Amino acid sequence: MTNSTGWLINRWETMTLIRRAEERIAEMVESGEVGCPCHLYIGQEAIAAGVCAALRLDDTVWGGHRSHGHYLAKGGSLAGLFGEVLLKATGCAAGRGGSMHLTAPEVGILGTVPIVAGTVPLAAGAAFAYKFRGEDTVAVAFFGDGAMEEGHVHEAMNLAALYRLPLVLICENNLYASHMHWSERRVADNLYRAGEFHSVPGERVDGNDVEAVYQAARAAVERARGGEGPTLIECRTFRWRGHVGASFDLDVGVERRGELAEWLPLDPLQRLGDKLMGRGVADLEQRERAIGERIDGALEMACER
Amino acid sequence: MRTLTYAQAIREAHAQLLALDPRVLVMGQGLWSPWYAGSSLEGLDAEFGCARVVDTPVSENAMTGMAIGAALAGLRPIVFHPRMDFMLLAMDPIVNQAANWSYLFGGGGGVPLVIRAVINRGGEQGAQHSQALHAMFMHVPGLKVVMPATPFDAKGLLMAAIEDAGPVLYIDDRWLYGESGEVPLEPFTVAIGEAAVRRRGSDVTLIGVSWMAAECSRAAALLEYAGIDAEVIDLRTLKPWDKELVAASVSRTGRAVVADGGWRTAGASADIAAEVTERCFHDLVAPVARVTLADAPAPARRVEELAYYPGAEQIASAARSLLERKAKRAAA
Repeated sequence: MTNSTGWLINRWETMTLIRRAEERIAEMVESGEVGCPCHLYIGQEAIAAGVCAALRLDDTVWGGHRSHGHYLAKGGSLAGLFGEVLLKATGCAAGRGGSMHLTAPEVGILGTVPIVAGTVPLAAGAAFAYKFRGEDTVAVAFFGDGAMEEGHVHEAMNLAALYRLPLVLICENNLYASHMHWSERRVADNLYRAGEFHSVPGERVDGNDVEAVYQAARAAVERARGGEGPTLIECRTFRWRGHVGASFDLDVGVERRGELAEWLPLDPLQRLGDKLMGRGVADLEQRERAIGERIDGALEMACER
Repeated sequence: MRTLTYAQAIREAHAQLLALDPRVLVMGQGLWSPWYAGSSLEGLDAEFGCARVVDTPVSENAMTGMAIGAALAGLRPIVFHPRMDFMLLAMDPIVNQAANWSYLFGGGGGVPLVIRAVINRGGEQGAQHSQALHAMFMHVPGLKVVMPATPFDAKGLLMAAIEDAGPVLYIDDRWLYGESGEVPLEPFTVAIGEAAVRRRGSDVTLIGVSWMAAECSRAAALLEYAGIDAEVIDLRTLKPWDKELVAASVSRTGRAVVADGGWRTAGASADIAAEVTERCFHDLVAPVARVTLADAPAPARRVEELAYYPGAEQIASAARSLLERKAKRAAA
């Protein structure tokens, strides 16, 4: 099914929705309409789109400060996202949290928070509850490479392995924690192995390839649902924009122009679009227009009150 | 009515909660050990099984976070930290996550979690096994803090804590475990936020919480010999504490001694004294007195412990000073 053109179009639409919605948010950050700190996901869309395709509606997703993509991929309301970044009552958290605090329990998003690994133990706890009640629901924790440097991720991995919890750990390695490259923070480039010591199997995938992400996530979700315990997946990617805000980091003392030039051709959305056009899909432009209209409508709805 | 010890009352509350509600579980360190929790959790693992009474690895932070996640997913966990000092490793889940969750996410979806912490003072355990850190937590919006001093309240407040929609920190003190008192057999709750008057009096109000509430009652007995009629208030809940009851009492007596088993600077006593002064300024005939720990780490040597921890005598002495002030003024 993953190879079917229909499935790929569906993923392309999800990724396009994330990309265009975030570009709209970036414009509002630049214009000053959005004041709360926004950590944009642009460039990483294949990860949220790939992982969430492997989930059921009742499976839960937990995230961090860069979670617009997780929220939209799991089915969170677009108007709720716009309302939240604009700190309006129409926001998914009633405008009390902003961009870093997204919630949509009706589609399994129980919370995203900016204490970077803060929700990893919480996701393990949700998984604990599912197992405790004998349900086959799965919890997924999304976190970045910087979060891997907080101790409770490692505590949580041990607990999840020990109790064989239905937990999937998605480490989105975009190479930077805020302004610091991984090589300034670690000796070895081996995050996917971080679970070995805790008996959590790990895998590294190309995070800009939605099909590869989906395959890995599906296997991990099956393992979790089957009672075999947690899995760690390191998704290699690159965020195009700065740590926070709409810029490309060029204005805050971090020079990443060369790296960005290397990663732009690996654009996960472009790659998928090219593949679809290669298969003769001719209506991507129309679909893109429809998504643009959806975004306009949602933004209007978010601003109504 | 039956008499139980404080520790037995805690155990009975756990047992009844586990029996009544399949969503309840207890998790933390030392639950399968015969001595970590004294007799306050004795045999619960055998009675309810290790899946509901979970002795966890030494991971205070992630274990507490896991309990929050489990609570958000519909369980009613009681997290156990047998030494409050170690709970500092769980500051992020308690303060950043549990306390803020309901507000941050639009007012719905609080974290129905009980976090139980034990103060382990004395016993020559030194500064990292002795700390009473309740003031740090009463500082945080979104957290409730209860500190029972009697067997009755030990049971009733635990049962109230589990019914609460948000996170409640339940702090007990090992020094109280042997105290005995009447406790109903059937399940019951003690309202969070309501203090109790332990003794009616007209000369001075003694305000204490947890162990120091028990010391206030002993101080009142000492004062009675000296002809001083003290009113004793056991706060029972430290956040939100019962400002109305305390202010009404102090307005009547004109004098207040706040007794707290924590440190002086920015301690619980500082907040209580400030609030009492604001509310009762025109009725006070003397400044509010405080009996607290000195701003110093807990010593290990027994002889130094005796000097470090104030009790009934210091409270009674503080109360006498307040009455002497009045006498001096009258004489002058």
